[in-house]
Amino acid sequence: MSRRRYRHSVLANRARIAVVILLGILAGVLFRAQVLRATDWLLQSERNRLRPLTVPAPRGIIRDRDGRVLADNIPGYSVSIVPDQPDSMLSTLRRLREHLDIPAGRLEALSQQVRAGGPRPLLVTGDAPFDAVAALEERRSGFPRLLIEPRPKRRYPAGQLGAHVIGYVGEINEAELGRPEFEDAEPGWIVGRSGVESQYESLLRGSAGTRYVEVDAAGRIVGSFGGVQGVAADPGQDVDLNLDLELMEWIHQVFPDGMNGAVVALDVESGGVLALYSAPAYDPNVFAGVVDAEEWRRLVANPESPLYHRAVMGTYAPGSPWKLVTAAIALDLGVVTPDEHMPVPCRGAYVYGNRVARCWDAEGHGFLDLPGAIQHSCNVYFYQLGLRIGLDRMLGVGNRMGFGNQCGIDLPQEAGGVFPESLEFWERRFGYRAQEGEVLSLAIGQGPNDQTPLKMAQFLLAIARDGSAPAPTLSREAVPAEGWRLDIRPEHLEEIREGMRRVMQPGGTAHLSSLEHFDLLGKTGTVEHGGEEPEHAWFTGVAGPFGGPPEIVLVAMVEFGGSGSAVAAPLVAKAADFYLRGRHGMPRDTIQTLREYLVAGRNTAWANARELR
Amino acid sequence: MSGRRPAWLRQLPFTATVLVLSLFGVAMIYSAGVLEVPSPVTRGLWLRQAVILAAAVVGLLILSRVPLRWFEWFAMPVYIVGVAVLAITLVAGTGAGTAEGVNSFLSIAGFRFQPAEAAKVTTALALALLLARREEPPRYLRDLLVPALLVAVPLGLVLLQPDLGTALAFVGMFFAIIYWARTPWPLILFAASPGLGLLLAFSARVWSVYIIVLVVALYLYRFRLYLVESVTVILGNVAAGAVAQPLWNSLAQYQRNRLLVFLDPSLDPRNAGWQLIQSKVAVGSGGLMGKGFTAGTQKRLAFLPEQHTDFIFSVVGEELGFVGTSLTLLLFCHLFLRMIRMAETASAPFAGLFIFGIMGVWLTHVFVNVGMTIGVVPITGIPLPFISYGGSFLLMSWTGAAIAVALASEDP
Repeated sequence: MSRRRYRHSVLANRARIAVVILLGILAGVLFRAQVLRATDWLLQSERNRLRPLTVPAPRGIIRDRDGRVLADNIPGYSVSIVPDQPDSMLSTLRRLREHLDIPAGRLEALSQQVRAGGPRPLLVTGDAPFDAVAALEERRSGFPRLLIEPRPKRRYPAGQLGAHVIGYVGEINEAELGRPEFEDAEPGWIVGRSGVESQYESLLRGSAGTRYVEVDAAGRIVGSFGGVQGVAADPGQDVDLNLDLELMEWIHQVFPDGMNGAVVALDVESGGVLALYSAPAYDPNVFAGVVDAEEWRRLVANPESPLYHRAVMGTYAPGSPWKLVTAAIALDLGVVTPDEHMPVPCRGAYVYGNRVARCWDAEGHGFLDLPGAIQHSCNVYFYQLGLRIGLDRMLGVGNRMGFGNQCGIDLPQEAGGVFPESLEFWERRFGYRAQEGEVLSLAIGQGPNDQTPLKMAQFLLAIARDGSAPAPTLSREAVPAEGWRLDIRPEHLEEIREGMRRVMQPGGTAHLSSLEHFDLLGKTGTVEHGGEEPEHAWFTGVAGPFGGPPEIVLVAMVEFGGSGSAVAAPLVAKAADFYLRGRHGMPRDTIQTLREYLVAGRNTAWANARELR
Repeated sequence: MSGRRPAWLRQLPFTATVLVLSLFGVAMIYSAGVLEVPSPVTRGLWLRQAVILAAAVVGLLILSRVPLRWFEWFAMPVYIVGVAVLAITLVAGTGAGTAEGVNSFLSIAGFRFQPAEAAKVTTALALALLLARREEPPRYLRDLLVPALLVAVPLGLVLLQPDLGTALAFVGMFFAIIYWARTPWPLILFAASPGLGLLLAFSARVWSVYIIVLVVALYLYRFRLYLVESVTVILGNVAAGAVAQPLWNSLAQYQRNRLLVFLDPSLDPRNAGWQLIQSKVAVGSGGLMGKGFTAGTQKRLAFLPEQHTDFIFSVVGEELGFVGTSLTLLLFCHLFLRMIRMAETASAPFAGLFIFGIMGVWLTHVFVNVGMTIGVVPITGIPLPFISYGGSFLLMSWTGAAIAVALASEDP
């Protein structure tokens, strides 16, 4: 028995050692995991439960020169689906259609995104209506992986007025995601699509923040989590524009109803864009959320092309206003003096070689100096001036002034003018060698020459200033692109302006559009286009207080508007009067032009009193 | 007996440890019910466990007064009943809860019960009785033949359910008892060798080396064994190696995956590897002090599977940290050392053998359960004694404890 006892105490001791070793192994492994490696495991458990969500940065606000809001943000809701098995995501999408209006095309695009996969939530809509959000919140348990978040939504208080200039925003697309400037972007981001929104995207966007939500093992969002510091979104910078919203509104009001065209207004001193108007327009607010494909198709298919920004993209034959360009080129080259008469007087036509080039007035204008030729828009004078300049030099200076290019305005899309860069142009384009006689057409604004209203306005800047024409700018902070400069003596520039002034005086084509309080100078244009419809109507004007330097440059172009003096000139006159009255603290009035004074039966003595120099 | 302190009080260090572990278990089951997922099924389970614990305490107070002779009389009949019920379970059993795919439950009059848990106790009793009746310790392998068969029958029935974890507990019990029966250690090793051979069969080269070592060992031990026994050991190992592949193929896919991911969890990170990875993350992220009682994120957000049963220890690790896990292991260590002491001081061989059998079961459970939560052992569906949720296991563990107290307190 005692031997047995002894034996058992040995066995018991060995058993004790075995127990301690076995549990010691476990304790050792636990020590390694929980004490030595705890940080790694903790990190992994945090990664398990926390999901980063992008917090969109509120876009910068766009304002006009007086601080009126052109684009801002209002609260909206986005609806997204937290990633899961594709099948269940697709079924959630389908069930969502009971509460959200998801067009078929959108559904198809989303389904493709689901199949492509990705770690971030799938944005179903960035602009869910409030009642849909409320309905979905009530059915939370039915949609466990639904993520409803507040998300700033773009609003354009100016509506149609700002449509072309301000542009609109949209969800970033595949192609953009690949570009370097969108390096840190994610699907669902809202980016500028056109206009200022696109031009100043990098300023307006700001940088998105991150916040964390806690999810369970099935990926359901359990709650938003405050324990881990997210990165706050950095709001985008505001952009202040040179635009004058009131002027834009006024232009819209006085623009002929139902007609298409553009108006450009520039500040003479800075070259800043005061107004950039294009008709017809559209409401950019329809793009603020997710673009309805139907609405988009409707806009694109509209024969009036409301999406088309005529002021900076529409190119038109410049017609008579181009005579000012011809005059400026001639003065720049020094081939004429303003008081000089052309050798051949206007008898209604000009004979060049075997060709008879007509003046618009078959009666003829007789001998004219430069201001007179501008006043009467005499073709015969400008034919001869063109010949003096010569085709080669006309092209040379014209190109130096950038008529074959864009102005360099701070907008993403601007059409360049069409202007022959050299004599080869004719061979390339028309298959024949250019004859010297081509200069006849070019000199009066015909021939292979199409310009945007903006480009013509930039040219007028040079006339209104000292011959220098900076690139027009929308942003107040923008540094204007290097413009160009005409080499014309100040008194010669004044002679061009004198010609334009006479256009507004008794006997001038736009006399009925002259203003009581301001010195409006201009040049009308009525351009045939070979179609059945009425001509395109142009008016290019410069205005300011009497006796002072010009303050505003205006160009109006009305497609198929008919006569420049009847349609475009009053438009410019009324816009100039409106702007200058505001600028000089005068009360505004709807009776502005001489014609309106006459119709209203007001005293028009001021118009007759203006004597010719 | 009268005038003496009751048995449970005389074994107070043991009974108190069992109670502390069980109360700790109820607390952890409560925590396991604190989840942030919609309608967790585990929410009220702690209360059920507490009620069963109360019943178990009453059971211990009664059972610990039963004299040793009664257990000697009843050991064999109870063993036979236990085996019979196991056999019935195979036919009429159902799966439930964490053991959904395993037909281990038997429903009688609305009570659901796991006969395998009872069989652990009844088999330990029968095996202890069988070996206690021997005057001499086993000297030959054939002396272990009948005890081995005694265990093999319930073990085989449990394996057929199939419940690998519980089967392992029977193996632990067998070796613990034959160890305490003073079986020479080479004999224990030879008896265990087919199991080792089965495991090593995954590589033909390793297995060949192992067989050569085994042959050499048998040669050195030749004077203590019958030739026929040596040959049997060799044949057993060869057979184990031969059935390894078919056995592997016969395993259910989830069982195979569990073994594979034990070697490399990244093989199947979403399914079989998931439990292991999430359990390790839970335990490791608890750090020294833990995330706080009920505050474990792995558990709370349902990353941790079976958090109230097989992986309750991961909850301990996550919420109470290394302090909690090491204290739990210290409690178990104390429990086992007390049991060794009880076996050592018990007057009857039957008592010591039974206590070792039960300890073998619990030690297997603790090592495999804790080991699997930290990747030391492949994942096996095996609960942590006294702490994991489960009525049958808690009741039968307490029954084992009660019998141990009763037997240890028997006067010579």
